[in-house]
Parts: sequence; structure tokens; C-alpha cells
Amino acid sequence: MEHIRTTKVEQVKLLDRFSTSNKSLTGTLYLTATHLLFIDSQQKETWILHHHIASVEKLALTTSGCPLVIQCKNFRIVHFIVPRERDCHDIYNSLLQLSKQAKYEDLYAFSYNPKQNDSERLRGWQLIDLAQEYKRMGVPNSNWQLSDANRDYKICETYPRELYVPRIASKPIIVGSSKFRSKGRFPVLSYYHQNKEAAICRCSQPLSGFSARCLEDEHLLQAISKANPANRYMYVVDTRPKLNAMANRAAGKGYENEDNYSNIRFQFVGIENIHVMRSSLQKLLEVNGTKGLSVNDFYSGLESSGWLRHIKAVMDAAIFLAKAIVVENASVLVHCSDGWDRTSQVCSLGSLLLDSYYRTIKGFMVLIEKDWISFGHKFSERCGHLDGDPKEVSPVFTQFLECVWHLTEQFPQAFEFNEAFLLQIHEHIHSCQFGNFLGNCQKEREELKLKEKTYSLWPFLLDDQKKYLNPLYKSQKFAALEPNTVSFNFKFWRNMYHQFDRTLHPRQLVCNTIMNMNEENKQLEKDIKDLESKIKQRKNEQIDGVLTKDLLHTVHPESPALKTSLCFKEQTLLPVTDALRTIEGSSPADNRYSDYADEFSKSEPAMVSVEYGVARMTC
Amino acid sequence: MEFSELIRTGRAQAELLRGPEAPPLRGTLCVTGHHLLLSPGPQATPDLWLLLLRSVDSIEKRVAGDSGTITLRCKDLRVLQLDIEGVEATLDIARSIEALSSLESVITSYPFYHRPKGLRLGDAWHFHPPERYYKRVARETTAWRLSEVNEDFSLCPSYPRAVIVPRAVGDDALARSARFRQGGRFPVLSYHHAPSGTVLLRSSQPLTGPQKRRCAEDEELLRAVLEGAPPGTRGFIVDTRSAQTAKHARLTGGGTEAKAAYPGWKRLHRPLERGRPLQESFVRLVEACGDLEQSMDRWLSRLEGCRWLAHVKEALSTACLAAQGMEREGACILVHGAEGMDSTLLVTSLAQLILDPLSRTMAGFQELVEREWIQAGHPFQLRCAHSAFSHARPKHEAPTFLLFLDCVWQLGRQFPLSLEFGEGLLLALFEHAYASPFGTFLCNSEKERCLCEVRTRTHSLWSVLNQPKEQRKLRNPLYVLNPLAIWPSVEPQSLRLWQGLFLRWIHPSEPSEVAWEKVWQIVTDKEKTEGSQPMVSASEPQP
Repeated sequence: MEHIRTTKVEQVKLLDRFSTSNKSLTGTLYLTATHLLFIDSQQKETWILHHHIASVEKLALTTSGCPLVIQCKNFRIVHFIVPRERDCHDIYNSLLQLSKQAKYEDLYAFSYNPKQNDSERLRGWQLIDLAQEYKRMGVPNSNWQLSDANRDYKICETYPRELYVPRIASKPIIVGSSKFRSKGRFPVLSYYHQNKEAAICRCSQPLSGFSARCLEDEHLLQAISKANPANRYMYVVDTRPKLNAMANRAAGKGYENEDNYSNIRFQFVGIENIHVMRSSLQKLLEVNGTKGLSVNDFYSGLESSGWLRHIKAVMDAAIFLAKAIVVENASVLVHCSDGWDRTSQVCSLGSLLLDSYYRTIKGFMVLIEKDWISFGHKFSERCGHLDGDPKEVSPVFTQFLECVWHLTEQFPQAFEFNEAFLLQIHEHIHSCQFGNFLGNCQKEREELKLKEKTYSLWPFLLDDQKKYLNPLYKSQKFAALEPNTVSFNFKFWRNMYHQFDRTLHPRQLVCNTIMNMNEENKQLEKDIKDLESKIKQRKNEQIDGVLTKDLLHTVHPESPALKTSLCFKEQTLLPVTDALRTIEGSSPADNRYSDYADEFSKSEPAMVSVEYGVARMTC
Repeated sequence: MEFSELIRTGRAQAELLRGPEAPPLRGTLCVTGHHLLLSPGPQATPDLWLLLLRSVDSIEKRVAGDSGTITLRCKDLRVLQLDIEGVEATLDIARSIEALSSLESVITSYPFYHRPKGLRLGDAWHFHPPERYYKRVARETTAWRLSEVNEDFSLCPSYPRAVIVPRAVGDDALARSARFRQGGRFPVLSYHHAPSGTVLLRSSQPLTGPQKRRCAEDEELLRAVLEGAPPGTRGFIVDTRSAQTAKHARLTGGGTEAKAAYPGWKRLHRPLERGRPLQESFVRLVEACGDLEQSMDRWLSRLEGCRWLAHVKEALSTACLAAQGMEREGACILVHGAEGMDSTLLVTSLAQLILDPLSRTMAGFQELVEREWIQAGHPFQLRCAHSAFSHARPKHEAPTFLLFLDCVWQLGRQFPLSLEFGEGLLLALFEHAYASPFGTFLCNSEKERCLCEVRTRTHSLWSVLNQPKEQRKLRNPLYVLNPLAIWPSVEPQSLRLWQGLFLRWIHPSEPSEVAWEKVWQIVTDKEKTEGSQPMVSASEPQP
């Protein structure tokens, strides 16, 4: 609280981001310990979590006040005009402090209290059990076993304690191999395909330089390939562009030499590094934040940002993995440089393509816990949770979510969850409201005592499951997904990058409607059953001759006619109010052609009538 | 003329490749007067494969050894490949298809021979006469009348016999106004917006010429429009050309309304692409969609370069401007470009779809297409003579109607519950506008259709589309009546390429079709469960 100098500023204007006619809402701005809150004159609230703030900018003073532009990590951009410069300055300084914390303990998760007791909290953390997950995959088994080599994080600090390795790989081999791998991240199991007996393994780049070899590492790779009885060779996939991998050789790192390893097939897949991805997203956001963007500028901006090209590259790599396993029965070892960014993307997406379990709500959580959280994707650095090196920030996980979204678009029935689920997860990797994504690896999380001091996100999402269900989901239909990555299958993800720009969205939601219909169907079917059983019961009673006036009275209030009419009422109400609410936002004043309204009124000022308030629609 | 003169060979053995999804078909190929047939032989499936020759847009032949290959690119963007035994046979068949697919005579075209089972000639031709729309207008206002001044098409060859005009203006004045407008297209009512009492009009450009001529009756007509509306109503003339182009048009006898001559009316210029540039945009988009191997960057730059989505955006925002003028400003709107048969209709029809809930129903949309495109004299025969594949030098071709359908599709995507019809109807209209066994889209105007006796000698497309068995393909299962205006977002982020049309044959999307089927199932389930409840209550024993 010591950073907050002003808690309330009145007469603040919130500008519409895309309007060229400087339309605005006036209201009051509040600053709390955790949020920035704007309440407009119609009592509509806009909450912005301090941790979501990516940047705050104070622009040059104008006649109407001092402009303050806040960009958020969830791609919300708000543009306030604060009447007094002093207030603006205070808020600006407070937000700078509040949005960049120096210590984990100051993050929201450590103060967030959803009113649960300790045992509930613990149960929440136990919801996702990775040992259980490996068991589901079918390990340990005759070829794979749990290794205790990293029990105390001695071999690799950024790996979890529990790792699965080929049964024939002895501890000295593991230790030897880990010394030959960047950050000690030696090859371990990420996903085991039970039917094919093939595995996806992951690691970091070898410290091969120009000629170095490591017999233990070679043995370990051989052990992985032997653990797959169906195929003698395995793929080693380096997810970096070849040029980058070669450059690493000069620094004593690099990639596997096919001659030194028996039976490997080496492959580059060319995904760019975190710095390229960061600036690509930057460019994308610059383009689509432009006021009065033309179609041509949008597409040329989309092209020059390279964003969709990068998404396609990640997807292609995942497909390569899935194909190697499904078509060739071959195991795959994946690495990039350190094996926690591109490797996480590719391994998790590959598993998602192969295993329908990961396409369920629970399974998707497990997947994130396994390939991202436990294997040490540096969430805190990549999301900039703390005031740190801005060069470490990169939208690697966002790209993963976008790839999944593209899959949900291509396979509308293959996923149990919908887009809202992905958006919600994206919201929380940055919110620091839950402990799951804090820290950069498991060891760090244990040191922070996150399980005792914070809550897990997953049980909260599961409680809200209804919101995230895909009404068209069909569980059995797709075993392995075979997406088509032809260029025109990749589209700009408007609902992510313009999540808060409501005027750009479709005005009616199909998903909700179908969901409601499904719900109503179920309810109606249940009603029918109830009624039928009641009729049966009463018929029996009639036959028994026990039908009395009293009984009739008690039954009557629930007569089907009454009940049906109630149902119908609800039904007709639901979609209509829904439509009304959503369409309310759909007024010509919200859209850019409204700016021609100025033209309309230029000649005869007496006729000026279009004001945002007036333009609200009612039935 | 006999078709047989153009058919050089009766038959040949061939194999047909129909794209990535469908299995190849083998059998006897046969060219008839209107069709290409492939009969798969007795042992295989008895289905006859049939292609209307009129729908062939371009034909390419190659011979190698003793066989040949013909690639047919169709107007609905399908690409077919025929592998034919025998060099002579290949060349003969190719020449026959070339000759037969480019016949220009209307009265020997297939619709005049097509006699589908279960339909009677003359059915559905009286679904949507202008008189019917006038009945609706007459219920809402008395300021307008139905004029039969064009009864014999002498005033305006591209208008229907009956048009809706201000009650205060006599037929003589209309005749003078017609002489002052290109092609005789004087201002007529396109849509009456009952809630605001304002109207949407369309016409062609005034023939002011370099001398800035005026026409008192034309001015009177527009004055009467404002007088018929609520007091104080202003008017806007939405010119679909740039101010520059409109000015240039004066040199060739055209022009635009002078401000002083039409008090109360103000001109707005909203240039829309038309004619050849629009056709080229279409061609380039289809070319880009045909390349499956291109990189992401190349694809995006071609999508940008073809400018198609920019045209979609312009058309939609101009329509929104017109709609907004009526609904929000309470102003009357006159839309015209040069001839008033292309972008003008695009704007007036889209504006109605935005404002009028009735035009978003199945029947209402068909009426809109009939009234605002077919009867309003959009020259379908000229505009849709060739599609995107033709090598012929384009003369009058332009995909204006396709652009309209694309805009409607975009509206449907943004308001998925507000249109009673689905993508299926839009695809069908696209297909039939370019090549059809039905008479609905034949000819360029009502006058021509009367001369050819289209109504009595061909079947109407509407009668087929309204058959119960077609409904599942054409309807939107999620439709709920939405009484409000639907204002779309026209930001580039909100517009999408219409994959269902442009990639329909290249990249069929099976999973989304299955998903759509599932939506239908949920909806029909719902109807069933709802329907079964009253039955239960009916079986309720009476006390």
C-alpha cells in the first residue's frame, strides 16, 4: 500500500481504442492494492489487475487532461485521460511500482484468499497427480522405469524430482549424459504411446562443440531406441533453425552428430528463438492496434510480423512428432537449446495430437503440468512476473495456446473445452493469482512453499467447468489428429489479441446458444421421464382405485402443462435476453463507419443527433 | 442450330478425378447438347455423373502417347480432370465441350429443356413480384404508389414493369426524369424503413453532362420524396464513385446531382470497386487459393494483394452508412453510381439486410434477391458469363453478386443467430447465378426475360430451393428472430476469407461439416423433446 498515493480520481475519461472520433466514457478511477478499477457513469466496472499491466505510459498533456495509456499482458489496452496532471503522475508512479514487484512474496497469489481451509487447498494441489499420469500412459513397464537420480535435484535443478528413463539406462549413464547436456537436462520420457510402444523424449542440446563426444549420452540414446521394440531407429529432432544450432557449436554446444550415435535420424525443424518470437508479437500488436486500419495494412502487417509463420512452424514440428510415432512407430527425442521453450511446445502439442485424453479439460491441465510446469518452462521469466530482464520475456506459452486454438478450429468436435478455457488459462499465467505458474522450475516452487502459501488454479477452473465445455465434443471420434497446415488454415486469433475490444467480435455466440440448447434438452428429457413415471404411478393408483381428491390436489401444482410452460418461458427468455445483451454493444456508433456520422451532420448542425448515449438500442 | 453439329464424338473411355476427397470414377464419357456424362459401366455403381456444360469456365487439353487429359475448371471453382483413352477422342471431346459451353443463345440453353420431376412449369414464378413488396409498403405509408409507367419497358429497359414511386409524382414527370438518367433508371423506391418513415432509393447517374444540365421533373421527384417523409427529413445521395470519377463522368454525358438543384439533399462519395478491377480481384484470389504449397508469407501477401477483403469491407461499410443514415439520422437515402445496376444494388440490398428483420428470413432473403438484383436489372448474363478461371478477355464480367453473397456471409458470421438461411443457400445462389438448369438468373433484365418467355418455359430456382428436402442444407438451425438492426464490425480483424466458397473444392473441411450436422441434431432433438411434452400432458388422465 505504500506505493499508493492517490486512491480515487474523479472525472476520468476512458477513450475508445478504435474510434477515430475520440469517443469516451467518463467515470471514476480507483486504485486498490491489487487492482485498478474504473467505474463509468453507467456503473460498468473495468477491473485491471496490477500484475496484468505490461507497460504504463504517460503521454503529453492535452487540453482535456493528461493521457495515460496502459497495456496489459492479456492484450487489453486502455487509454485514460486524467483531468489533473498531478493525479495522473501519482497514478502513473503507483502503477509502475505495483505492476513490477521485486519479490515473489509480494505477488497477488500470496495474499489471494478464496476462503478455503488448508485441507481444501491441499486437495486442490493434489488434483493433478503426475505419477498417476505416467501410470495412465503405461509406465513404469518392462522398458521404462522411474529414476531416482534427480530425487534431490542433484543432477538437474530445472527438472522435476521424478523422471522416467529406459530401464537399461543405469545411473552412471544418466549422470554422464547429464554432464554432456546444457543445464544438465539429459534425455527423459515426456510421453509414452502405449499401443505403439514408442516414446517422446526431451532434453537440452548436447555440449558437442565441433567434435566432443560422450559415450554415456550415446548409450542413453541407444537405450531409448532399444526401449521401443517396434523400431530400431529413432528420430532426434532439433527444433531450432539449422543456422542457430551451428552457431551454438562455436560456444561448445550444438547438436548430435549422426555418425556418433547409432540408429538415429537427425532432423531440424526450424522454430525461431524467444527473441524473434517476442518481437514478432510486438509487431503484430503494433499493427492491430492501429486506428483506422485498412484491410491491406492488416494483412501486410500480419505477414511482416511473421507471427502466423511461427505458429505454423510449431505446429509442423508437432505433426512431425505425431507422424513419426503413428506412421513409423519410431521414438522421438526433442530438444532445442535449453529444452524448456520450443521443446515444451513441441512435446506437449505432439502429445495432444496423439492422445485424446489431453483434449479433455482435466487432461489439458495434466499436459500443462507435465510438459510445461514440471519440466521447467520458466513461467516467471517468460511472463515477466517479477521486475526482471525484459529480454527473458517471450510469448512461448501463448503460442502453444494459439496452436491448440487452431486445432480446435480445425477439429470442432475433438476438444472437450472451448476457446474460453484457453483464454482463461492465458489470463492466469500472467495474473499471479494462483501458485501454479509462479517460479521457473519445481525446485524454486518448493522453496517458495507455494503449496502452503498459495492456491492452485485447476480446481477453480474445474468448478467452473460448465463455462468451458465445448457443446459439440465427441470423445471417441478422433484418435490421433492429423491437422492440415496449409497456409490458409491459419487465421488471426481475434478473440485472443482483441479479447477486450468487444466491438470487433461477433455479436452473437453460437457456442453459448448450443450449450443452452443442450442443457435444455437434458432438462426436458428429464422432465419427460419424471412425468412419465408419474403418469405410470397414477395409472397404477387409478387401477388400484386409490385415486382420491386429495391426491389430485397434491399432484396438480406439478401438472405437466404448468411445468412445460415454465420450461418454455425460461427457454424463450434465455436466448432473447442473451441476444439483447450482446447486440446492445452492436450499434453503428461502435463501428468505424459511424465516423461518417460527422459527415451526415456537417452541413446542418441543427440536426446533430448522434451521440453514443442516444444510439443505444432497445427493442 | 443443332447441337449435334457441335458434337464431334459420341463417346470415349475415361477416368475422372474430382479432387483430393472424392474417389476417381471410371467409365464411358459422353457429350450431349447440354451435359457431359460419365456412365460408370454396368458392374460399378449405377450413378451417372453429370456436368452441365454451361458451368465449364475453362478447358485445357494435353495429349501424351495414345491418351489425353482434359482439365475442366468450372464456374463454381471446381477443378476436374478427365483422363481419356485415345488422342483423337480427347481432342474431339475438348472441342465439343469448348463449343457447347460457350453458346450464347439464351433460348436454346438448358433451362428451356430441363423438366425436373415433381415440379410444374410456372410454379414459384409468382413468389416475389414487385407488387407484393408494394403491398407491404402500402400498409406502412400512403406516400408511395405503384406505377406501371414502364409497362412496355419503353421508359427503362432494365427496370421491371412496375416500380414504386412517390405518390405526388405523375407518370409524365417520371418519363422526363427517366430521360435525364442513364439507361432511363430514374429514382425508385428500394426500401421503406417503417420505424423512421424514411426511404432508400436507387437510380443511375443524372445526365448532367459538361453543360450541367438540369431536369425539373427529376428535381421534383426527389423533392417529393422528402415531402412524403416526416417533416424536416433530409436526404443524402450516396454516390458509389469518388468525387473525381463522378466529375469526370460529366465529360461523357453523365455526372452527379448539383447541390443547388436539389435542396435538402447532400452528396456523399463512397467509391466502390466495380467492373474489371473487381473481376481481377476475384481471379487473383482464386489463383491464390489454388496454391496449396505456398508459404505463409506468400499466402498472406497474395490475400492482401488481391484486395478482395478490402472490397468486402468497403461494400459493407457503405451499406452501413446508408442504413445508419436512415435509422439513426432519419434521412432519406438515394444510392447510385454510374449505371446503377452493380454497386448500387450491392449497397441497397445490404442496407436492407442490416435494417430489415424480414429480409433475413428464408423467404424474405429470396424476395430481396429477386427484387433488388434480378428484377432491379443486374445484368446477370453479362456479369456472370465467366467466372475466375476463364482465359477469355473479360468484357462485362464482374463478381458483384458474389461480393454481395460474401458480405451476407460476413453478416451471418457476426450474427450467427439472426439469419434464417445458412451458408448452403449462399453457395447455391453463387452456383446458380453462374450456371443453372433453372431460369431464375437467365438474361440481363426483366424485358429480356419476357422476350424469351423465361417464366413460362423454364423452372424457377426458388421452387427447387423451397422443397422440404433441401431445407437442411439451406437453413440455419440456430435462427432466432432478431427484431433489431444488425450492425456488423467492418474492421479487418473482424472480416474473414469465405473458406466455404473459395476453398470449397480445394480444401474440404470434413470435421466442420460433421460438427454442423451435430448442431442440427441438437436442434432437432430439442424440437422433438419439446414436441413430446404436450403429448404427455394429453395422455394425462382426466379426473
